[in-house]
Amino acid sequence: MKPKLEVHGVSYSYHSLEGETLALSDISFTADNGEFLAIVGPSGCGKSTLLSLLSGLLTPDTGEILIDGVPQSDSRSNIGYMLQRDHLFEWRTIMGNAELGLEIQRKLDGSSKEKLHQMLHTYGLGSFEQAKPSELSGGMRQRAALVRTLALEPDLLLLDEPFSALDYQTRLSVCDDISSIIKSTQKTAILITHDLSEAISVADRVIILTSRPGRLKAIVPVSFGDENLGPLMRRNMPEFSVYFNQVWKELQNHD
Amino acid sequence: MIETHPSLAQQEFIQKEKTHRRNVSVIRMLLLVLFLSLWELCARLGFINDFIFSSPTRVTICFLDMVKDNSIFVHTGVTVMETLISFALVVVFGLLISILLWSSRSISEVLEPYLVMLNSLPKSALAPILIVWLGNNIKTIIVASISVAVFGCIMTLHTGFSQTDPDKIKLIYSLGGTKKDVLLKVLLPGSIPLIISNMKVNIGLCLVGVIIGEFLAANKGLGYLIIYGSQVFKMDLVVMSIVILCIVSAFLYQGITLLEKKIRF
Repeated sequence: MKPKLEVHGVSYSYHSLEGETLALSDISFTADNGEFLAIVGPSGCGKSTLLSLLSGLLTPDTGEILIDGVPQSDSRSNIGYMLQRDHLFEWRTIMGNAELGLEIQRKLDGSSKEKLHQMLHTYGLGSFEQAKPSELSGGMRQRAALVRTLALEPDLLLLDEPFSALDYQTRLSVCDDISSIIKSTQKTAILITHDLSEAISVADRVIILTSRPGRLKAIVPVSFGDENLGPLMRRNMPEFSVYFNQVWKELQNHD
Repeated sequence: MIETHPSLAQQEFIQKEKTHRRNVSVIRMLLLVLFLSLWELCARLGFINDFIFSSPTRVTICFLDMVKDNSIFVHTGVTVMETLISFALVVVFGLLISILLWSSRSISEVLEPYLVMLNSLPKSALAPILIVWLGNNIKTIIVASISVAVFGCIMTLHTGFSQTDPDKIKLIYSLGGTKKDVLLKVLLPGSIPLIISNMKVNIGLCLVGVIIGEFLAANKGLGYLIIYGSQVFKMDLVVMSIVILCIVSAFLYQGITLLEKKIRF
């Protein structure tokens, strides 16, 4: 089967009058359909740049990105992007926020609205459709942001540290929550995080980048035997600390 | 447990707060009464010359005379109308030009020094030229008024627009949006509080501009009454016009505050 996403030798530099900064250098990896990848690395290693490249907001200097075998710039497939903060607009209701993507792509009609209703209901936001974002807890806001992303039925989900703005307790439960939603919908997902245990608790494979310029250091496959193990359950497994140490060592190892 | 009766401490607090508020309003009123009676008293006892300094009764008589022949309503109406017209134009031009500046980095960078210069230029210096160019009429007054407010308005809105959270803009692009979507879905709705607070400043500036204009190019309006009154030494007329101007500006400001409450989310 053709991989969902192929990244071949991608490099990217930022330009300013002070000079050129190489952010990413020669990155290659693939993601299969339905796979959950996590990308970890020290801060400033170009993780967010990588997601911007994958989503098409930036164009790589060299190399290519294929989605379903088609170059990203020609690809018709929808890519969902979740940012660090939920960025729900205070001047819209939760329903209005969830509709944003459909509205922009002019896909808002009776049937898509009905689907949104159901999604909000499924994810426990049914009674908050007409609420303002400020009336929701951090976890609920992040779920509303996920609904906004999923409303466009993306084939590929990009998650840019979507839990980092939450407090630790909420973070664990929202991570559990959202990763199970993503797994149940069988989306291909790429999560960026600086939290190693978060990466190991959700991902099928962990991609490790070096510090600037970001290069591919290692790819660690993570397997707990049981496919349906949620992130919180994974954290209790004996293998968890083995993987943690493995990823930690890779990150520490500067050569 | 939900308390149905507020505790004693809470009751005391509320009582104290109420007393404080009542005291503030009472003292406010007293201050005005004291000022007016002192002014009247000084005029009656001859400490000040009421021909030059006028007095509350003289102002009231002057006001009642002008109410009788309706002329005060005409003058006030003209000033208010001119202020509202120029205010509307300032808001429209301010929004359009600041959106234009936001949409193009080149345009905004080219125009920036000119805007800064025009904004700090004392606009009353322009009024004599405007009279020559536009004539001794309402056009001059409105253009003078716009020139007082519009440059500051453009600069404030443009600064506000360019401080929009880049991640919110990124969100729109990641959802497949264009620059137009950024404008309509993030920039404008997100800037409503800024636009309103800017309106509060502008309504006052427009009134300033209208009065400057009326000083020089008018035969109606409160600014005209002030300048005419001072030229013919009718100080009652001057003071009365200033008092009405105070009331008008308070009402205009309150109008914007009402608008703000209506669209507050």
